[in-house]
Amino acid sequence: MAIDDLYQEILMDHYKNPRNKGKLHDADLEVHAKNPFCGDEVELDIIWDGGRIKDIHFVGQGCVISQASVSLLTEHVKGKTLEEIEEVIQEFSAMIRGELEKIDEDKLDELCALQGVSKFPTRIKCALLAWNTLKKVVQERKAELEGKGKVG
Amino acid sequence: MEIVEKMTLNVDRIRKDFPIFDYPDNNNLTYLDNAATTQRPTQVLEEISRYYREYNANTHRGAYRNAEKATLAYEDAREKIARLINARSSREIIFVRGATEAINTAARGWGDRFVRPDDEILITEMEHHSNIVPWQMLVKRRNARLCYWAFDERNGMLEPDGLRIMLSSSTRLLALTHVSNALGTINPVKEIIHAAHARKITVLVDAAQSIPHMPVDVQDLDADMLVFSGHKLYGPTGIGVFYAKEEILNAMDPVQFGGDMIEHVDYFESTWNDLPWKFEGGTPNIAGGIGLGAAVDYVNQIGMEIISGHEKQLVQYALEKLSGVEGVRVYGPMDPDQHGSAVSFTLDRVHPHDLATWLDQHNIAIRSGHHCAQPVMRKLGVPATARISFGVYNTIQEIDRFIIALEQAKEYFSKWL
Repeated sequence: MAIDDLYQEILMDHYKNPRNKGKLHDADLEVHAKNPFCGDEVELDIIWDGGRIKDIHFVGQGCVISQASVSLLTEHVKGKTLEEIEEVIQEFSAMIRGELEKIDEDKLDELCALQGVSKFPTRIKCALLAWNTLKKVVQERKAELEGKGKVG
Repeated sequence: MEIVEKMTLNVDRIRKDFPIFDYPDNNNLTYLDNAATTQRPTQVLEEISRYYREYNANTHRGAYRNAEKATLAYEDAREKIARLINARSSREIIFVRGATEAINTAARGWGDRFVRPDDEILITEMEHHSNIVPWQMLVKRRNARLCYWAFDERNGMLEPDGLRIMLSSSTRLLALTHVSNALGTINPVKEIIHAAHARKITVLVDAAQSIPHMPVDVQDLDADMLVFSGHKLYGPTGIGVFYAKEEILNAMDPVQFGGDMIEHVDYFESTWNDLPWKFEGGTPNIAGGIGLGAAVDYVNQIGMEIISGHEKQLVQYALEKLSGVEGVRVYGPMDPDQHGSAVSFTLDRVHPHDLATWLDQHNIAIRSGHHCAQPVMRKLGVPATARISFGVYNTIQEIDRFIIALEQAKEYFSKWL
């Protein structure tokens, strides 16, 4: 495993020029994620449109992997439905953990740039920090909407 | 001639004692994470193995030869540790799992008994989480207060006036680290204990980062309680020491109840065994204790003064070299006489975690993160630092290797960032 497998150009670009970074002041939801292992912190700000993420921003500081990962996350889930997001999270997490036999490049698109993480087990937590948080958020949103009888 | 030979360390010979450096997968390993845990020499590994292979039995129970042999070996290890820190008696040496369990034992066994509502526990801002959280929990249980003695973020030293300002008539206990794992600062604990004792305040010293690197004499320091872990002293994991003066141990309640720690058990009441066994409920970590005894023999055979002198050279060299790298910021005192064997730093624009992964590709093991000292990181205004820390087997050449790799990492990441 070469170091360049981990630090791909796309990731460096997202680290240097993060997308959707900065607070969303009219956010419906603000969640914090913390990696107790390294102290990295990420905040996700979300605006809902029913069962869809209308807008998502992040605030945080940390290593290349955690910051590029959350920047890519925001680009990838904006405008998507809860079901679509759950599917991406599952696929992405499996790729990071090295559980995918074949990576679906159509589905994961730019997120494939993080596939090298699977070869660096100490960095898996960095890559999944924001994604694990979003997973809980999506589950809670679904439960909330189901409670109101809007979906399902 | 013989004296000269004794005073210098033959590192090549010492490295041969540590099989990890010969293991093929670890080809040319530069291990600079000794503040987290050290490697173990063959002498320790063999002593542990010998117990299991040759005389494995439970201690303090059996009436047969191997039980007696195991008991003697375990208690002999306790004697060795008592001599290492110059305790008055091995009754003052309680075996625990590590420094964390030792501080929890103090907080429960001493704190629950002697800390009253509105009392104050004073700790410093540079403590490891293990010397923060047990006191947070204690003050909640006892309706007491936790106070912090600040350090100066410019030089990593405790505020010189802090003790005078922070000590009050309500202060019951001062718990502080001898050497900071996150900043490297060596605190003048002897003077601090003296000042605290003048106010009749009990002092606990966290010696996890000092015991492996310098002579520590509990009588000279006059420490009331002192804790450390075996695995940072070339011993096994899962064994450590809670030292306290005998009168304190006598006054304390045990915190683990069960076999071996009792004298007499009735249906509804029990009485406690003598020191030190009053605090050691259940079958102890026998192999761990014996292994730690072997580790003490190992460092004694080299000489703690010599180890300390060797590591001071490494620290001085590392501080100089690191400060010479553009974009590096070194934390803690810059004077090697005030700096223990751990050196924390950050590299401009490169996150410590990325740096550690990069160095790992060059087989250089360093620590990155908050070092279980989040309040220190908050004070320094960084989420994390990188840290190199030394042991008896490290060399100047390894620091050179690390510095070259650090320069390369800087170049690699500066391409992008």
